Amino acid sequence: MTVTERQVSAYIAGQAADARVRFELETEGMTLNIGPQHPATHGTLRVIVRLDGEQVVWADPVAGYMHRGYEKLCEVRDYAQVTTLINRIDWLGSFCNEVPFILAAEELMGIEAPPRAQYIRTVLFEMGRVANLTLFLGDMAAQVGALTPVFYAFRDREYVLNLIEAATGGRFHPNFDRIGGLKEDLPKGWIDETKLVMRKIRGFCDEIDELLIGNRIFEERCRGIGVIPRDVAMEYGLSGANARASGIDFDLRRDEPSPLAWKDADWKVWTHPDGDSFARYWVRQQEVREATRIVEQLLDGLPSGPIRAKTPARIRVPKGETWVHTENPLGEMGFYVVSDGSPGGPFRCKIRTPSFSNVSIVPWLLRGVYVPDVITILASLYFILGDIDR
Amino acid sequence: MTPIVALHAAYWNETILRLVVALAIALTGAGTFVYVYLFKMVSHLQSRLGPMETGPHGSLQLMAEVVKFIQKEDVFPRRSDRTVFALAPFVVIMSTLMIYVVIPAGPRLVVSRLDVGALYALAISSLSVIGVLMAGWASANKYSLIGALRGTGQLIAYELPLVLAVVGVVMMAGSLNLTTIVTAQSRFELFGFRGLGLYVIPQFVGFFIFMVSAQAELTQTPFDMPVAESELVAGYMTEYTGMRFLVFFIGEFATAFALAGLAAVMFLGGWWFPGMGAGWGHLAWARELVGFGVMFAKVMLLGFIIFWVRFTLPRFREDQLQAFAWKFLIPLSLANILVTGIAKVAAHA
Amino acid sequence: MSRLAPEPDGATATADTEAPPPSPRAAELVGALREALGDGVVAHHYSARDVWVRVRPEAWAEAARVCKTRLGLTYFCFLSAIDWKQADLGGEKLWDPEAEAADDPGDGPGRWVTGLAGGETRFQVFARLYDVERHIGITLKADAGDESPRAQSWVPLFRGADWHERETWEMYGIEFDGHPGLRHLYLPGAFEGFPLRKDFPLLAREVKPWPGLVNVEGLPGEDEPTESGEAPEE
Repeated sequence: MTVTERQVSAYIAGQAADARVRFELETEGMTLNIGPQHPATHGTLRVIVRLDGEQVVWADPVAGYMHRGYEKLCEVRDYAQVTTLINRIDWLGSFCNEVPFILAAEELMGIEAPPRAQYIRTVLFEMGRVANLTLFLGDMAAQVGALTPVFYAFRDREYVLNLIEAATGGRFHPNFDRIGGLKEDLPKGWIDETKLVMRKIRGFCDEIDELLIGNRIFEERCRGIGVIPRDVAMEYGLSGANARASGIDFDLRRDEPSPLAWKDADWKVWTHPDGDSFARYWVRQQEVREATRIVEQLLDGLPSGPIRAKTPARIRVPKGETWVHTENPLGEMGFYVVSDGSPGGPFRCKIRTPSFSNVSIVPWLLRGVYVPDVITILASLYFILGDIDR
Repeated sequence: MTPIVALHAAYWNETILRLVVALAIALTGAGTFVYVYLFKMVSHLQSRLGPMETGPHGSLQLMAEVVKFIQKEDVFPRRSDRTVFALAPFVVIMSTLMIYVVIPAGPRLVVSRLDVGALYALAISSLSVIGVLMAGWASANKYSLIGALRGTGQLIAYELPLVLAVVGVVMMAGSLNLTTIVTAQSRFELFGFRGLGLYVIPQFVGFFIFMVSAQAELTQTPFDMPVAESELVAGYMTEYTGMRFLVFFIGEFATAFALAGLAAVMFLGGWWFPGMGAGWGHLAWARELVGFGVMFAKVMLLGFIIFWVRFTLPRFREDQLQAFAWKFLIPLSLANILVTGIAKVAAHA
Repeated sequence: MSRLAPEPDGATATADTEAPPPSPRAAELVGALREALGDGVVAHHYSARDVWVRVRPEAWAEAARVCKTRLGLTYFCFLSAIDWKQADLGGEKLWDPEAEAADDPGDGPGRWVTGLAGGETRFQVFARLYDVERHIGITLKADAGDESPRAQSWVPLFRGADWHERETWEMYGIEFDGHPGLRHLYLPGAFEGFPLRKDFPLLAREVKPWPGLVNVEGLPGEDEPTESGEAPEE
């Protein structure tokens, strides 16, 4: 490998930028390093901000502390191993990561999973959404200063994680989806337990309503903070609740035809016109409630049948390319899978993760913002480091 | 000095005895607040149990924590100003412990019946601002500096409503002497009932302002920007470990106990309870004990309110906090003084 | 999926006549792009539910502008690159002998086995845009080059492309003309090399060559395979 001149000058430019920042510390403003070890950032994200008093003049998130090289690794794994790997992208919404990849592989192979599998996939997907977003509800409250809802969030989330573990064997990394369906069927009594737990989660959402949504201090901290206008959100590729909170009516579960069972349930897409941190919090809270309703409806109408379609034991995906994206808890997650027909793994697997795009707006968003609002905004954007860094 | 018990001692001996007892009460009070509210109440609020191992129901946890802090290495950041860094916690706790000199715990259980007791207590408690600034600056850490500057601004801003809320009480009692305020409440009649004479009822606005300002003086949520854990790690206390951090920690809870004590004295009638008037004769010692118990109960009640609010509400942003003090609390307290003055003049007329 | 042969040199606009457009709107998009870019559009491909369009490298930014301003594809999904060279993973060569012909770089275009809508060079940039109102997306592709790949930057049009192009540069070495400042996103400052290129060695595969298929799991209810790699029945 030769180091090109452009690389050298880019390296020098980076160092010079750092030096400039250190030099300017003497003259004006103060450079604050939030992270990478910090209670507020959800993992190892480093945000360098230059302050003028308490206002941010310039901000730059530095990602990559958790970069594991997934796209390269996917090229040297076969499809079953890749499933295990991508579980760990968004480690809070456990099952949701596997689904787009498996759907892409199924599309390339021309295999259709049986309806029972699609229903259970959707149920586990929505439960992953519940697990992910309840943590957000508690966590953003903690960033804003209310220390108690975090404990309630974790307590109620435990029920959901226990259910996922009962069905799949793993709380955070189920590794349950297979090309053609699922690994195995649901355990006995799981359906009734799940319906009970979904009611509990709705109770938790009501607690959040009382503790935070109606709380004047919370509103003052979050309303009007970090407003993202609609067109800026589209340019940056903001997806999921972040986009819906800016008034973009965009939900892939409804908009994209998908083999999963969302169209068989009756649910609503929640949007909010404001685009501020409060809107993002509120939209996610409503999404948790909707997710619980979807789970209950789908479990009521669960079809019987096989849990996996007949697939060859040696997975060999024919040559082709496809793009599959789903509405993950964090936003739009998609896999662009290129197969060259070889019996190994994907030829190229581009993983489009929502947090990557969500965090790319941070430099634009943080200019002119107060330091405490930096934390509120970062908390409301809700990223997971594994999702940014892959 | 009137003797508490049938023991005549020289002035200095008695003073030293009283000071030692006051110090013991301060430390024990802080410890009680820490155990009951910080360890147990918050845990139960957050649906967990809190410390349970050390001693029955974790009651000796504080002992363990004290030992832990004391045996730690005394660390100074490399570029810190060592003298200032070392002195800052002691400045803070000094200003707190000196409040205990005037708080009456019983009819005769007070170190000194200063005629300017209320003014003295509030003035001396504001010296902690110097300690906070010293800590933040000497830590040579940007986060600490931001925390200290926020803390200073907040503490100064909330001194004013604190003092103005007390003015109403002082006007009603006619004296700054805390013991006189207690006895004035014991004699105050509201709608002909002596038992309802606690100033919390006519001065409910002042009580509210005092409690809110006390919450801010203690830098507790919703006013805990200076030590906002999720942003600045621990604000001006970030670089402190071991014994010095323990001094800060004790200072925080001793201040809570002291401010709750002041509020109990000025608004809830202190050690007084209907039936506690003079005339216990040779049971005077029992009167002291009962007074002490009543005072303790009132302080615990106010502490409960302070910590309950702390663990429930989110925190204000710094500018919202300042706006709340300057644009809302101070005008409200001034209005309270105005109304109290008018009512007092009208009552006399 | 059809297997495409290498594109002939100087390809004129070819249409994939095998698959019909998945929706009328898709056909409209492709038609409008051809009209706006003229011969900037090299090829297009329809699948059962999606549409790919390959444009000339010179028309890459213009295609984005047309999509954003005239076609309503205002949502920027992602931008990345593909390296069509076959990697040498060591171990047993399990794939088609025909693909081995692409290992030899040779000279001139047309030696790469590429994907949908074709391709002439080793590196291709591809990006995805979406229309949130009409629920249709398009994948745009463009050749970037063989040795020192370059492409036009989309940052003036889509601000979110900033990070995507930085990542593509650091992983593939594709220079983006017009990008405000290409610098490392994930990798530390002094990193040498472009990791996602197929000739960048993966250390694990240097140490241990490709082991072949290891994870073979039977269907639920069937016997587990006796040895790894051997299935009880196909």
